[in-house]
Amino acid sequence: MNKTSTDILIVGAGPAGLAAAAAAANSGGTVTLIDENPRAGGQIWRAELGKIRSPAASKFLRALTQGRVDLINSATVFAFSGDNTLTAQTPGGSISISCGKMILAAGARERFLPFPGWTLPGVFGAGGLQALVKGGLSIENKRIVVAGSGPLLLAVADYLKTHGATVLVIAEQASAAKIRRFARGLWRQPEKMVQAAALRARLIGIPYKPDTWITRCRGPRVSKRLARELEVTIKSRGSSRVIECDYVACGFHLVPNLELPMLLGCQIRDGSVSVGDHQQTSVRDVYCAGELTGIAGIESSLIEGEIAGLAASGQTEKAKTLIKKRDAATGFGRALDHTFALRPELKHLVEDDTLICRCEDVSYAQVKDFATFREAKLQTRCGMGPCQGRVCGPAVEYLLGWEPASVRPPIFPVKMKYL
Amino acid sequence: MASNKKTFDAAIVGAGIVGAACAVALAREGLKVLILDSSSAASGTTAAGMGHIVAMDDSPAQLALTHYSQKLWRRLAPELPASCEYENCGTIWVAANADEMSEVHRKKAVYDENGITAHVLDAQALLDAEPNLAKHLSGGLLVDSDAVVYQLAATRYLLLKAVKQGAEYRQFNSVASLSDDGVGLPSGERISAGTTINAAGAHAGDLSPSLEIRPRKGHLVITDRYPGFVRHQLVELGYLKSAHGSDASSVAFNVQPRKTGQILLGSSRQFNSNDDAVDNAILNRMAARGFEYMPALKEMSAVRVWTGFRPATPDNLPYIGKVTGFKNIYAAAGHEGLGITMSLGTAELLADEIMGRESPIPRQPYSPGRSAASS
Ligand SMILES: Cc1cc2nc3c(=O)[nH]c(=O)nc-3n(C[C@H](O)[C@H](O)[C@@H](O)COP(=O)(O)OP(=O)(O)OC[C@H]3O[C@@H](n4cnc5c(N)ncnc54)[C@H](O)[C@@H]3O)c2cc1C
Ligand SMILES: Cc1cc2nc3c(=O)[nH]c(=O)nc-3n(C[C@H](O)[C@H](O)[C@H](O)COP(=O)(O)OP(=O)(O)OC[C@H]3O[C@@H](n4cnc5c(N)ncnc54)[C@H](O)[C@@H]3O)c2cc1C
Repeated sequence: MNKTSTDILIVGAGPAGLAAAAAAANSGGTVTLIDENPRAGGQIWRAELGKIRSPAASKFLRALTQGRVDLINSATVFAFSGDNTLTAQTPGGSISISCGKMILAAGARERFLPFPGWTLPGVFGAGGLQALVKGGLSIENKRIVVAGSGPLLLAVADYLKTHGATVLVIAEQASAAKIRRFARGLWRQPEKMVQAAALRARLIGIPYKPDTWITRCRGPRVSKRLARELEVTIKSRGSSRVIECDYVACGFHLVPNLELPMLLGCQIRDGSVSVGDHQQTSVRDVYCAGELTGIAGIESSLIEGEIAGLAASGQTEKAKTLIKKRDAATGFGRALDHTFALRPELKHLVEDDTLICRCEDVSYAQVKDFATFREAKLQTRCGMGPCQGRVCGPAVEYLLGWEPASVRPPIFPVKMKYL
Repeated sequence: MASNKKTFDAAIVGAGIVGAACAVALAREGLKVLILDSSSAASGTTAAGMGHIVAMDDSPAQLALTHYSQKLWRRLAPELPASCEYENCGTIWVAANADEMSEVHRKKAVYDENGITAHVLDAQALLDAEPNLAKHLSGGLLVDSDAVVYQLAATRYLLLKAVKQGAEYRQFNSVASLSDDGVGLPSGERISAGTTINAAGAHAGDLSPSLEIRPRKGHLVITDRYPGFVRHQLVELGYLKSAHGSDASSVAFNVQPRKTGQILLGSSRQFNSNDDAVDNAILNRMAARGFEYMPALKEMSAVRVWTGFRPATPDNLPYIGKVTGFKNIYAAAGHEGLGITMSLGTAELLADEIMGRESPIPRQPYSPGRSAASS
């Protein structure tokens, strides 16, 4: 195993981690940025960084290339040992990095809710389908239903449309009233207003249906057109209709990747990491920024990252000047949480034979009578497969009201020899 | 016992695999049984174990109880639901060198004597049986009757069976004290019972201080699915040294094929560690030991690592029977690394003692009084 050390270690090279690295890079100490992907950029910028379009992304990339930040790509952090040391698996072996201060910026993932048919071929996560297209899947002339909740649905629909697909509908479970209130609040954030207006213009022609959610999916079967197609049932205030399509892109907003902060023992409240004014967590020398502290979008990730980078590198005065701006940005996150909170009807989509845990083939009937996640895990192995509960965990927490299960290393599957 | 004035005939403390097995045996005798656990069923050491049902010959008494229990498992197997994943895969005790080959022959003689079918494998036969073992090994002993079970589901099955027979199960109910009249709860409330059974595993000594039980920490790793990679439970012959040596810490090669295609890798033993965190130093030693015997394990994807505490006694035999100094308190605890195997036999011996019957094997070696007598 390779061992190194650094003054500031940042996990996650998305907007938050990049902003933290750029802010800390001027402080004189050594800064190391580590990410599991072959490229920096996180969920938004990763695919772009070869051919940068967004000015913000290029600014940070410059900070990286100026050599003050040591970037380690394709390295998945899977374990932590007490002396502020993280261990990661890379294609070339495992590395362990000890550090003075740590900034966690591990981002978020989509939340999936099980419904009958959610595991059929052709049914993807919204971000998941986007990633497949980025990876080369052709969706030219494919008919796609986009469903679930949250602003990501709009971004994904836009992306799919730009790549030649016909988006039949965007089914948003949140209520029309909440969405209207949310849209009215955007004036407080001019950049968001502009983005929203631009997005709306690009999505013209695609029905955006609030108060609407998917209840089941059937197929794929061979249609009259001799194509394999899915039959999706969507429900809108009491009335249901069936739509035929090629793909479904379905995700219910985002949930923070809490495994690493939980492993370190950071205090979690209401599903995100609790942080103070300088993004410090309850654990000494550990800071958190970006979606880990709550789903609040890219502006918030950037400013939180900057504060964390400044604070961790001792530039606290400078960090203080950003607190107000940060609080405004995280306010947007609270509005998101409120607007896209899941409606109770979604708890009743599952049927007894609906799979809950795809890794271990565990059905809803097998888990529904347990009082705790731990018992269900032990008895049925729900959440114990290779994804380690990343998919079914948030779903059962919502469906059954369970507390999140405890976390222990390795937080990602790792080759035995690197344990 | 079974006094009419008591609320229950038998109160069992602990719903691990041992408590659950005792509940079935006592309910079957017609006793009114209560089973209490401070947490949920099978969430203690039982959750952490490997589920190897193994005839083990460290001492004649150990062999007697493991062998007897194994027969009870085989009898139970047809009624176990699929979730229990009972599989009669057999064990191969792997010999690394010529010295250990002579141990293979000694062991074979002991098993023969006790009516346990075992086959000596030479180096080639070992590789034929398990192609993924390292090529430099000398051979092994294949024991047909050993099995594996998903002990968590089995514990639940036993518990539900006891409940069907009339037992009452209360989870998240801690017991604070035991007396000849029943159990005391932390609230001060008392539940009266004609007989009380201490099946609190590694914590049994908290309630019955005369039981000498020390937690002995172990680590296990489970991999992703590699169906067919391992066919038998494989244990290095040096295992007994590890299991019963008194060293502060030791590791031994021990792998188990799960029905799911996953592979469980063990095992480690540590005294003096009460922290359930993964200990990287010992985990690395354990993995390295595994690689010596099965090099391809190195490249396999490890999905989870966990630890558990074996309830260890000074002579490596469990405490089964009346606790010294009490009329109505019995012990069923201290099974170290064999509690899953021994659970069914333990329950029968305990029921026999409570009902005043003879048992198919002598009970004296497991009597809680033995340590007082010998010291
Ligand atoms: C699937 C998905 C698609 C999205 N698409 C869009 C979009 O199109 N438009 C938009 O505006 N917003 C999108 N978002 C939201 C966007 O990601 C957030 O708004 C952004 O602010 C998050 O920034 P971040 O730095 O907090 O996290 P991220 O950008 O998610 O960066 C976190 C990084 O940490 C890495 N990481 C996590 N754990 C480890 C570990 N243990 N070891 C090593 N590396 C690790 C991750 O791989 C990732 O690269 C998307 C989010 C998701 C989940
Ligand atoms: C790594 C490892 C591998 C193993 N592999 C094997 C194997 O392959 N084969 C085998 O046969 N054995 C194996 N074992 C051993 C086996 O797991 C144990 O011997 C067995 O599980 C002990 O069961 P138990 O019911 O006595 O204890 P436990 O399962 O610990 O049950 C005791 C119960 O008592 C409860 N309790 C404790 N105190 C109180 C109280 N005051 N009030 C109420 N309830 C209380 C606890 O919550 C717990 O549920 C292994 C053990 C380990 C650690």
